Parts: sequence; C-alpha cells; structure tokens
Amino acid sequence: MKKIEAIIKPFMLEDLKEAMHAIGVQGMTASEVKGFGRQKGHTEVYRGAEYVVDFIPKVKVEIVVAAEMVDTVVNAIITTVKTGKIGDGKIFVLPVDSVCRIRTGETGRDAI
Amino acid sequence: MKRILLTFLLVTGCLCGSLSLAFAEEGIADPASSVPPTVSQVAPAPAPALAAVADPTGALTGGIADVVGATAGAPTADELAAMAKSEPLAAKLGDVIGHNRIAINMVWLLVCGFLVMFMQAGFAMAEGGFTRAKNASHTMAMNFMIYGIGILGYWMCGFAIQMGGCGGVPTLGGAGVLNSEFVINLFGKDFGLFGTKGFFLSGTYDVAVYAIFLFQMVFMDTTATIPTGSMAERWTFKSFVVYGFFITALVYPLYANWVWGAGWLSQLGANFALGHGHVDFAGSSVVHMTGGVAALAGAIVLGPRLGKFKADGTPNAIPGHHIPMAIVGCFILAFGWFGFNAGSTLAGGDFRLAVVAVNTMLASAAGAFAAMTYMWIVYGKPDISMAANGLLAGLVAITAPCAFVPSWSAVLIGAVAGVLLCLSVFFVERVLKVDDPVGAISVHGVNGAWGVLSLGLFADGTYGDGLNGVKGTVTGLLYGDSGQFLAQVIGTLTNIIFVFVVMYVFFKVLDKIVPLRVSPEMELEGLDQSEVGVTAYPEFNLTKTHR
Repeated sequence: MKKIEAIIKPFMLEDLKEAMHAIGVQGMTASEVKGFGRQKGHTEVYRGAEYVVDFIPKVKVEIVVAAEMVDTVVNAIITTVKTGKIGDGKIFVLPVDSVCRIRTGETGRDAI
Repeated sequence: MKRILLTFLLVTGCLCGSLSLAFAEEGIADPASSVPPTVSQVAPAPAPALAAVADPTGALTGGIADVVGATAGAPTADELAAMAKSEPLAAKLGDVIGHNRIAINMVWLLVCGFLVMFMQAGFAMAEGGFTRAKNASHTMAMNFMIYGIGILGYWMCGFAIQMGGCGGVPTLGGAGVLNSEFVINLFGKDFGLFGTKGFFLSGTYDVAVYAIFLFQMVFMDTTATIPTGSMAERWTFKSFVVYGFFITALVYPLYANWVWGAGWLSQLGANFALGHGHVDFAGSSVVHMTGGVAALAGAIVLGPRLGKFKADGTPNAIPGHHIPMAIVGCFILAFGWFGFNAGSTLAGGDFRLAVVAVNTMLASAAGAFAAMTYMWIVYGKPDISMAANGLLAGLVAITAPCAFVPSWSAVLIGAVAGVLLCLSVFFVERVLKVDDPVGAISVHGVNGAWGVLSLGLFADGTYGDGLNGVKGTVTGLLYGDSGQFLAQVIGTLTNIIFVFVVMYVFFKVLDKIVPLRVSPEMELEGLDQSEVGVTAYPEFNLTKTHR
C-alpha cells in the first residue's frame, strides 16, 4: 500500500476528485495548506505599501491505494491538474505500513 | 475604576479651575445678558424672539408666531396682530400653520439625527475591518462604548458648554432657555467662550432643547469615535474610557460653542467684519477636524504598533483583516452623512437641503474616484481601501461648504479631497512616522481643514442671508469676499492649536496615571483576550472542541 500526497492549486480540487472517481479511487482526504516552492511568494500592495506573501494557499490531497494502482493515480493527477505554469504543485509517494477501518476493524487492503 | 474616576474629576477640575480664573481676571459678569439670540444655522428671514420659558410638553411650541419669516411672503408680526382682531378664524388657522411648520422641522431634525447615530455602526465596521482579527473585539468595543460614554458625558456637561448660550433655535420655535453664555470682553468686543445652562439638561426641560440635544449629541459622538481608529490595536481600554468622558464633556463642546453655540468664532463677522464669522455648515472643522487633530495627538503619544516600522524607519504594511466589512462601513457612513449635512439646515422647510444632499453625494463620488485613480496611476492597483477613505475624505470636505456651493464646486472639492487624502496618508506614515491604522488623521483632520477653507474659497453667495447675525449671503474669496476666507483660516488655526495642545497634554498626563499602551506581550497576542476578554473569531483557534 502506498500513500500519494499531492500539493495542488486550490481551484483544481473539484477536477481532481472527478478524475479519481473515474479511475476507481475509493476515498481521499483534502486539507487547506500554505507553502512555497520555487514559485516563492508574491507581493501585494496595501495602502501604498508593498508586502510579500511568502506562504501561498494550496490544497493537499492524500490518497491511499494498493501499490499497483500508484502509477495510474499519479498519471491521472498529473493530467488533471497540470497547467504548465509555475506553481502547479508536487506529488509525493510514501509507503504505508498498515491501515485499519475504525468502524469494522478491517485491516490491510480491505480497509482501503 | 476608582483611579479612572479620580483622573477624570482631576482633569475636569483643572480645566474648570483655569477657566474660572479667566472669569475672575477679565472681570466680566452677567452671562445671562451676554449674547444676542443668534444661532449659526438660521432661518431664511428674521425669526421672532424666543421666550426663555421651558416647554416640557410641547404645547407652547410652534404657533402663529412661527408663521413670521416662514416664507418670503409670510405675514409680519404687525400684520398678524392687526388681523387677529378682524379675522379670528384666520388667526387660529395661522396658529395651526405655525405649529405644522415647526413640526416638519422637528421631525426632519430628529430623523436626520437618527441617521447620524447609525454612522456609529459605520465607524465600527470601517475601523474593525481595517485592523487585524486578533484585535477585532477590542476595536469594536471602543466604537461601541464611545456611544454610551459620549451620551453620558455630553448630558453631564458637554451640551451645556456647547449650546447653553445659543439663545434658542428659531426653526424649532423654541429652546430660548439656552440663554446663558460666558463672555469675556476684549478690544471692546464680546468673546463668547462657553455656555453655562443645561448641565444634566437641568432647567431646560423643553421639547426644542431635547430635540437639539439629540441632534448635537450624535454629531459630537462622531468626533469622539475618530481617534479610536488612529489609536487602534494598542490602546488600553481603561485610558480609553477616561478619554471618552474628557473629549465628549469638554474638548469638543468648547470648540463647538465657538462656532455653533454663539461663541467668538461665529461672531468674527459681526465683531470684526470678517464675512459671516467662521462658517461651518455641518462640521468639517467642529466635528471632523477636532476628531482628526485629537487622533493625531493620540497616535503620537501612543506610538506606532509593534512591527509597523522597520529599524530604518520604512513602514511595513499591516493589512486589515476584513476589507468587505470596512467597505460596508464606509457605505453606512455615506448613508448617514445625508442626515449629517442635509439635517444641518435644522429645518425641513428649508428647501436648500436638496442642494446640500446633492453636493454631499457628488463630493463623495469625486473623492472616491480621485483616490482610486491616484492609487491606480501611482501604485498600479485601484486600492479599494484608499478609495473608500477617499469617499469619506470627499464627505468630510463637503460637510462645511455643502450649503454654499454649486455642484461643480462640490465635485472639485471632493476630487481635491480624494488626492489630498492619499498624499496625507503617505505623509503621515513616511514623514511624520505616525501609525494611523485606518487613515483617520488624513480623512478627518486634513480634509476637515480643507473643507472649511474650501468654503472660504468657493461659497457663491446664493445662501446664508443673515447667518451669524451678518446681513447678506455667504461669499467666498473667488466671489470677492476675502474676509470670509480669513475667518475660515482663523477658525482652522484655532482648531489645530486648541485641540492639539489640549489633547496632547491630556494624553501625556493621562499616560502617567492610567497607562495608554498595553504591554508588548498583550499587543502581540492581540488585545481581544487581555483587554475585553472575548475573542472576535474563536472558531479560528484550535482551543475548543465541539462538546
């Protein structure tokens, strides 16, 4: 089992959800996060004084899938959220030791 | 709390003490017969003398005497007296007509007063929106409590000082009991300094007095709530309460007396042939400049917010937390301003109020547009917070001249105000190094001065016949009356010097007794918890569960 963490532009979340449905992903967790990468922050002007917004709002999506699904999911994410402009985000893939569904006590692949 | 009360009494005592000293030294007595019964805002024609009899039910207010001077063709007092014998029914109907005239005026005055009261909500939202979320409860609390504190302070002694010697309000057919002004005699001329009747509204149980109390009170409270903007996000609530009583009971009423309560600035025309004396139709100087100058003094004494200026003195931006709320607040202010300006005719029967309302509207539009354009050109974005300030700047500036100028002047005055506002905001921040989170000093102080001066320039001589006891209409420099402009300059300088010195000294002294500034830890934490005990937006914190 693997966890896929994708940091994406906030307005891409709905599209991503549709795409994940289409390839059979059962569930996902999304959170509002802030951060910066090579895009860095941007400057805004308030009452004539410039200031830098270092941390830009992003959405982090977490999806846990069986190992053989990883490539499909990652490719689907890329095709869905890619704009080709700076700030599209990143995808991390991490190993998952175990999963447990709280309601039923199921574990492993059954619990995904 | 004891300490606060003590401070208040002490300061009040000192001020009263020094004034009574002046009384003794100058040796002028008998305030009762001092000032002729005039008011700043007058009826179009000479009004009948007002009896100094209180009328608590209103049964005696508004009668046939008020028909005199109602219109250009209205009968004179002599004609009415002659007719009363031969045509008794006409005399009775005349009584009803006179009553209705006063009724319309009083309803207009009160409705406009209610509109101005609503401006308190506008101030609260504008100031709350332009400050940070961690101080939102504190900022709202100051804007809320200045209403209650202001009413009490004004009732205790502010009203008496301001209006106690005004001699009555002809358009309300009464208030003649307000007939006691303290006057000193200099160069053979009378200088009215403050009224002495109506403390706690005692001895003035009169419908017209009560109406004028409400109307003047809400104006006064506008002044009192202005410094809460420039001093936001770092001011202790304790010292704010003391300040609230001080400005509403003493500082505002004194200057207001000089301009609106038959005091010496309003008599510059009658005494020294300077136009109609210092003319301020609805309060560019009396209300807004007083508030703006007090805001400057307070912000200087209090010092900038932590993190406002870098070590080298360049300012940092500290964005407000709720721009939409601030914008709605400015809209509410613009709405209330129609009561502010058009209500200052003090008469629903004075149709000039249509001109006043249109000028008010035009100047606000020009102010917003000019500020937006300036910011767009110079800084690349049509900064909405500055445009909203520009709207208010236009309103502040047109407040004095709104009744005396045509529409093109109103647009010009508003446009200049909008640009002046931007320049002033940057001057205050970058040159003076004074931290004014909401722009109160620039909106109200600088543009208040521009407003009264613009009256001295642009008044076109179509209105104001008989104002402040001077025959003829109010005419500005561009239309040939340099005396009027000089009177406006004197009024402006008087305001800046008097208000700044008094408020600066007051804040300095108060700081020794009740510290003005919160501790740095509390300032970083936000004033909501430490000063008023409630967080404005608790859901933003992860300190609570749902059960």
